[in-house]
Amino acid sequence: MTDEIRTLTQRLADEPSSLAFLELGETLRRRGQLDAACKVTRAGLTRYPGLADAHDLLGRILSDLGDLAGAFDAWADALRFDPMRTGALKGIAFLYFRAGDVAAALDHLQRAAEADPDDPAIPQAIARVRRDAGRAGLPAVEEPAGPDRHREAPAPATEAAVAEADVAESDVVQAIPAAPPAPAEADRAIPHDSPFAGIAEDERGLLLADASGQRLGGEVGRHGMESGDRVAAQLAGLSREAARATRLLGLGGWHSIAVETADAHLFLSAPTAETVLLAVREPSVPMARLGLLAERAGRAARHWLEQIR
Amino acid sequence: MTPAQASLDRVTRIPGVRGALIASAADGLVVAEQLMDGVDGRAAAALTGSLIARLGRTAEEAGVRPPVFVQLRGEEGSILAAPGSEGLVLVAVVGPEANLGLARLEMLDAAGRLG
Repeated sequence: MTDEIRTLTQRLADEPSSLAFLELGETLRRRGQLDAACKVTRAGLTRYPGLADAHDLLGRILSDLGDLAGAFDAWADALRFDPMRTGALKGIAFLYFRAGDVAAALDHLQRAAEADPDDPAIPQAIARVRRDAGRAGLPAVEEPAGPDRHREAPAPATEAAVAEADVAESDVVQAIPAAPPAPAEADRAIPHDSPFAGIAEDERGLLLADASGQRLGGEVGRHGMESGDRVAAQLAGLSREAARATRLLGLGGWHSIAVETADAHLFLSAPTAETVLLAVREPSVPMARLGLLAERAGRAARHWLEQIR
Repeated sequence: MTPAQASLDRVTRIPGVRGALIASAADGLVVAEQLMDGVDGRAAAALTGSLIARLGRTAEEAGVRPPVFVQLRGEEGSILAAPGSEGLVLVAVVGPEANLGLARLEMLDAAGRLG
């Protein structure tokens, strides 16, 4: 055990509720002690489940371990708590690139560029992805469409394109192992029509919308009137607005919005950086329980979106 | 002490509350405030006003009545908002350690007296 790790371990032992686990996890990762890094970070996440830094770190560790699906989930969680987290955006971008989904890779890199316009590595990575995709004969997209577009199952990237992409100036890129991931069998399955199948007895009252205000799935409405499309339209840009509010007031990334009305409880969250989930129930359902339902629905929605893609 | 200041005083006395203000929901202008250093009252008022308006439209489209209490939860705290009468909204910025249950009750009561 090196002095640095010993010191960090001692600090964490002295203050188990501190954020020292982040530094210890990162140090262990850099030294290649990945299992230990994973254990420390996961333990930290049990105390700080909403900490984007910890999810981002876990993503890098799992990526180093070759668990690309796990890395994807961890980075998606990081984005849920901090939609502008560039490390997670870059990580997911390169996972998409390796899976041959150039459009999704560019989407995420461009969002990373918006979030951190001072990082010169991001425009370089965008240019590299476009160039390599063209060279490899992959369907490059000059101006990516909105995040709601429906994609076919990704074709694997060529080794040449992947190898070139590995040279990009980012820890995340360097951390991604060489072999392109094979899509899991589950990912090839035809997705259910509803993102919320099996989540609750009554799927009504759960709605998933994309960032541009289009309904992806689910229904809301009362008195027999379906109004999902109109509600989804009101949710366009909500995630950005909420993130701006919490950031400007020093509260970090946004996590959720709980809304009480006289005749309903509403709970909003962002299962992914590009989507908003709305859960509506009668006011007799405690808000905390509605939050748990929304969390479960969010996980189902993420899985459903991955299947669609 | 004006009724507005009295309302803010009650809310800001709750442990973990970093500040509170009363704003006009329509234009986000601050009517009264009691904030800790470093909390940008104008930003809080404008952003919360905009968010409340959006959530009001969302509720309307969903066929339910307007919000009476909103909690926007961030990684390191929350923004709480309780719309009152005459287009005013009571806003509080709270840290992660705040007693949210107490803050909610105080704010609902205080918002009922606004205007």
